[in-house]
Amino acid sequence: MSLFNIFDIAGSGMSAQSLRLNTTASNLANADSVSSSVDQTYRTRSPVFAAVLDDAQQGYKQGSVQVKGIVESQAPVRQEYNPSHPLANEEGYIFHSNVDSMSEMANMMSASRSYQNNVEIANTSKQLLLRTLQLGQ
Amino acid sequence: MSINFDSALGIHADALRIRSQRAELLASNLANTDTPNYKARDIDFQSAMKMAASGQSTGGMQTSHVNHIQPSSAQFNNPAVQFRIGMQDSLDGNTVDEQVEQAQFMQNSVQYQASLDFLGARFKGLLSAIRGE
Repeated sequence: MSLFNIFDIAGSGMSAQSLRLNTTASNLANADSVSSSVDQTYRTRSPVFAAVLDDAQQGYKQGSVQVKGIVESQAPVRQEYNPSHPLANEEGYIFHSNVDSMSEMANMMSASRSYQNNVEIANTSKQLLLRTLQLGQ
Repeated sequence: MSINFDSALGIHADALRIRSQRAELLASNLANTDTPNYKARDIDFQSAMKMAASGQSTGGMQTSHVNHIQPSSAQFNNPAVQFRIGMQDSLDGNTVDEQVEQAQFMQNSVQYQASLDFLGARFKGLLSAIRGE
């Protein structure tokens, strides 16, 4: 019954979007993080989505979405000369994270809209299934 | 004359099946709204109906060995599944248009309910024929 697969598909969509919301929250929380070296600086994280074509072994349903991994942005981090900062390095520089708050906010809205879409789909399918169960009564 | 369920239910059973497959396909389009390079797909209802009415086998992928992976659903096994031509494709190669998909999903679910009602009416007719009321 195809309608049952919709719960898996919409569920995979919801979990992918909630992971995206999670990374966005982490990015926004660290928007003002500073560190004393380039390597330790927080970089914007974003999930990589991929469609599941046929992954019967993994138990994914066709047409679901999966998160392939989380990548860190390679955009340059901003460095600032601020010798009085407690985290300043020997040359007096601190490094700011490369999080762009505006694009993270837009990302957050897009994720929450997509999440709502998936919830809506699951709800509609549930109603259709319930009505199918009552068939002939 | 014996009661034949196939002729009693008519095309509505097939219609219901195709509608539910279409709902699955549209749901996977919507789940993959943000997947790069995902191409939106849809079922051509008319040709799927024709195929069902003519009793033709789906003509999809055949497996010739036990170790071949069976497709878990009819999505890829159905020649009536086609790619949707996007109105405005995004830069990442995704062709899902959320508004179009939502509208289609809504329409499809209403049509599913219509098919359900038709089927229900057929069952009621059968029941009253059996009871002889």
